[in-house]
Amino acid sequence: MTELSEAIPVPSVPSGLMGEPSASGRFGDFGGVYVPETLIGPCQELDQAFRSAWGDPIFREELNSLLATYAGRPSPLSECLNLSKELGVRVLLKREDLNHTGSHKINNVLGQALLANRMGKTSLVAETGAGQHGVATATAAALFGMDCVVYMGSVDIARQELNVFRMRLLGAEVRSAESGSGTLKDAVNEAMRHWVSVSESSHYCLGSVMGPHPYPWMVREFQRVIGDEARHQSAELLDGGVPDVVVASVGGGSNAAGIFTGFVDTAAQLVGVEPAGGAAISRGVPGIVHGSRSYLLQDEWGQVQEAESISAGLDYPGVGPEHSHLAATGRAVYKQVTDSEVIEAFTLLARTEGIICALECAHALAWVSRARSELQGSTVLLNLSGRGDKDVAQMMGLLG
Amino acid sequence: MNIEPGRCGRLEQALRHRRDAGGKCLVPYLTGGLGDDWLQTVCAAAAAGADAIEVGVPFSDPVMDGITIQQANEKALAQGATPQRILSELRSVVTDIGVPVAVMTYANIAHHMGYERFASSLADAGVSGCILPDLPLEEVGEWAGCARSAEIETVLLASPTASEKRLQMVCERSRGFVYGVGLLGVTGVRSELSESATRTAARLKKLTDRPVLVGVGVGTPEQAAAVCEAADGAVVGSAIVARMLAGAGPEGVAELISEFRAALD
Ligand SMILES: Cc1ncc(COP(=O)(O)O)c(C=O)c1O
Repeated sequence: MTELSEAIPVPSVPSGLMGEPSASGRFGDFGGVYVPETLIGPCQELDQAFRSAWGDPIFREELNSLLATYAGRPSPLSECLNLSKELGVRVLLKREDLNHTGSHKINNVLGQALLANRMGKTSLVAETGAGQHGVATATAAALFGMDCVVYMGSVDIARQELNVFRMRLLGAEVRSAESGSGTLKDAVNEAMRHWVSVSESSHYCLGSVMGPHPYPWMVREFQRVIGDEARHQSAELLDGGVPDVVVASVGGGSNAAGIFTGFVDTAAQLVGVEPAGGAAISRGVPGIVHGSRSYLLQDEWGQVQEAESISAGLDYPGVGPEHSHLAATGRAVYKQVTDSEVIEAFTLLARTEGIICALECAHALAWVSRARSELQGSTVLLNLSGRGDKDVAQMMGLLG
Repeated sequence: MNIEPGRCGRLEQALRHRRDAGGKCLVPYLTGGLGDDWLQTVCAAAAAGADAIEVGVPFSDPVMDGITIQQANEKALAQGATPQRILSELRSVVTDIGVPVAVMTYANIAHHMGYERFASSLADAGVSGCILPDLPLEEVGEWAGCARSAEIETVLLASPTASEKRLQMVCERSRGFVYGVGLLGVTGVRSELSESATRTAARLKKLTDRPVLVGVGVGTPEQAAAVCEAADGAVVGSAIVARMLAGAGPEGVAELISEFRAALD
């Protein structure tokens, strides 16, 4: 961020969105604290601790310093000349793939680990889907000298063995969540069950903008650094303007929330992209699971349905409550892409720009590619949430 | 703070009746829709000395339950259990069994049907009470209003680590009984009764005249008897569901319930 970018005025449209949730932890009709009484104490303790830390300049300074010297922030903004030529759309990438541990997850995890430390907790508990959040949590635990337990669905353990090994290398204990579909939703269940019994000494380091209050708010605040940086970086590139479209993939919704915060008060169109097999907003109805009320894939009786996606990180039947609110108010729109569109986008980016990205953010690119005729001549900022190393073996199986 | 017994619901009346006669209350939990004979198991449990029966309506993501009840939920769902089927089957026996029934499920089952409709379908089925563990004080208001209109008693949980003030609020707003959670953890049988079970019961007893029952981690007749030194009764879930899962059938479950009954008498 240069002096110049600070001085450039950016059109601002006050939206009243993406601020603090209501006193009951809601964004509009979504959110809340739908947890057993036994978890109310830990949630309240966390709410108080986060409020106090987030208002404390010393905490903010410590976190910024960690983000800079350990995670490698700010992450660059890359202009994709080749891809832009191919699509007829000017594409800018926010390079979260270049962070330490290879995704945006580290932003949130460093924030939560620092907070847990401040709260006197000695261990971290986390759930993980693709393994990116688990690796980031194990990393932070190693850095802070904390114990770490990561729950991962049995199906995900099988399809992301490299990340399982990474977590173990980092000293974490990976526990298999065997119940249900053996994916992210079941890992969250197990992590919450475990947290109830160890909350005095353990912090539950939730990986996305979901769960009971204060998580959706806190995780978004820890991820807003993506949007804040991208706002300045794009202003610099666009003569003080903002991109026409800001797009990100949505699993729980943390990378999308992070980049949206930087642009919610501008005229930029906000687009979240869900996998067709886990499109909570496009295909779900409001429901209650994992501590909050939000759009949710469920059957006719309210049983939560299993999501099905090529990317383990988006294999989640719900979505963070603030996204439900952004969708309900119309401030953001949510699109779906299929697995085959994702594979095509994944290879397109590798071939045109020399970037092997995570399958999650390939969803965002798949939408841009499909919508390219409507997007002709416009500028799109895409949150490249992670690198694709973890997915290469899976792609090798699919593409030979 | 004494409540006229005439004004409270059937669930609370039944429990008060046992307690005021100097006895201890036994409330077994059974997973609805588990096996073909679950309804006979409900009847057998009542005949074996239960003061009320808690019937679980299975949910895909039972976050407060340990492995036994999780497995029972999964199995019942695979066997085609739905809230509607469980309630309509219950309706056929509920007046005959002679003890009140409370349904235990998770908020989304009620939310999905709509709180009003869910409450009235409980009432139509002759159910007296309802426990939705993921509706804490902060979230229970909307549901409790619908339940009250349908004359369904909403039982609230009390946590071992809650402040005195919060326990007081739980006691004031709970109907039927106050459900003291025996330990910080999920349902399941433990080798020993947690020290927090009796402590929580004793704290609650000082705050309310409503029956105080303790559940979660009460897995043997001895543990039930021990917790009832402070509590008015015990809720026993996983131990009974484990019997159901093992295929003990109505008689096998009734036998276990008789052992609990004997330990409390
Ligand atoms: C690289 C990457 N992007 C996106 C996601 C999806 O999570 P969220 O929607 O919270 O950003 C994940 C989750 O594992 C991920 O690893």
